[in-house]
Amino acid sequence: MPAPTFDSVKIGDQLPALQLPPVDRTTLALFAGASGDHNPIHIDTDFARRSGMPDVFAQGMLGMAWLARLITGWTPQSSLRRFDVRFQGVTHLGNAIRCSGLVVEKLEHNGERCLRIELRSANQFGETKIVGEAFVALP
Amino acid sequence: MIDKKWIGHELPVSILPIERGRLQFFAKATGETRLEYTDLTAARAAGYSDLPAPPTFLMAAELDSGASNQLLDDLQIPLAKLLHGEQSFTYHRPVCAGDTVTVRSVISEIYAKKEGALEFVVKTSRALNQRDELVAELRSVLICRH
Repeated sequence: MPAPTFDSVKIGDQLPALQLPPVDRTTLALFAGASGDHNPIHIDTDFARRSGMPDVFAQGMLGMAWLARLITGWTPQSSLRRFDVRFQGVTHLGNAIRCSGLVVEKLEHNGERCLRIELRSANQFGETKIVGEAFVALP
Repeated sequence: MIDKKWIGHELPVSILPIERGRLQFFAKATGETRLEYTDLTAARAAGYSDLPAPPTFLMAAELDSGASNQLLDDLQIPLAKLLHGEQSFTYHRPVCAGDTVTVRSVISEIYAKKEGALEFVVKTSRALNQRDELVAELRSVLICRH
């Protein structure tokens, strides 16, 4: 697929969705190490239970990193200008997250032609986990 | 209650050398398969000087340095009560392996909602490279649930 350009993209276009495999403990352990977030609530079941959670759960930034993959899988990272998210729900073990993006606006932003993309990640039950938006500058 | 005296508090400076191996590990951990994130030849073909740090990677600066944990200790937010509410990035320049990024953060807001059941801490950060060029600005909203 050719890289999108400002003129080739229309409001209402969807980014190709990114479907992730179900979250397991290995995913969480690897992300703890790679990200530097060693909070035991994501990797130590005993700690999670003492904290009132049923089990370990995904780092918020793992979900944001997946949304980043949605964007950079569609347009080069060098075009990304802003990336904002709000974490709305806990991503539990077994949740299979799907990341989606919708082009909602074409605008000039700091002198560049940009798209505003609404972002969402949800599990296989349709429960929203993260919402956000990104601005990408396209040639 | 989190003491509002911490508004304006500057965190210790965090310095993060961007390393190829760490970026390859991050790609593995996030399921990233695009070659420019793991393969130097592909990264250079894509116009980067080396493997690029992906969009959310700079969070590692204050996690690795301990500044994030120190902040939670100072504000007396136990890990068991911590939630990440929001996260924003504004990007100015690429960051690649071989760069050294310096992050400086300040606590810009502290407020409560739901009669104190939720307390919010807003941290804003600037990330500069080894040439003192601004590479990114970050904004984090941390939540302490009671």
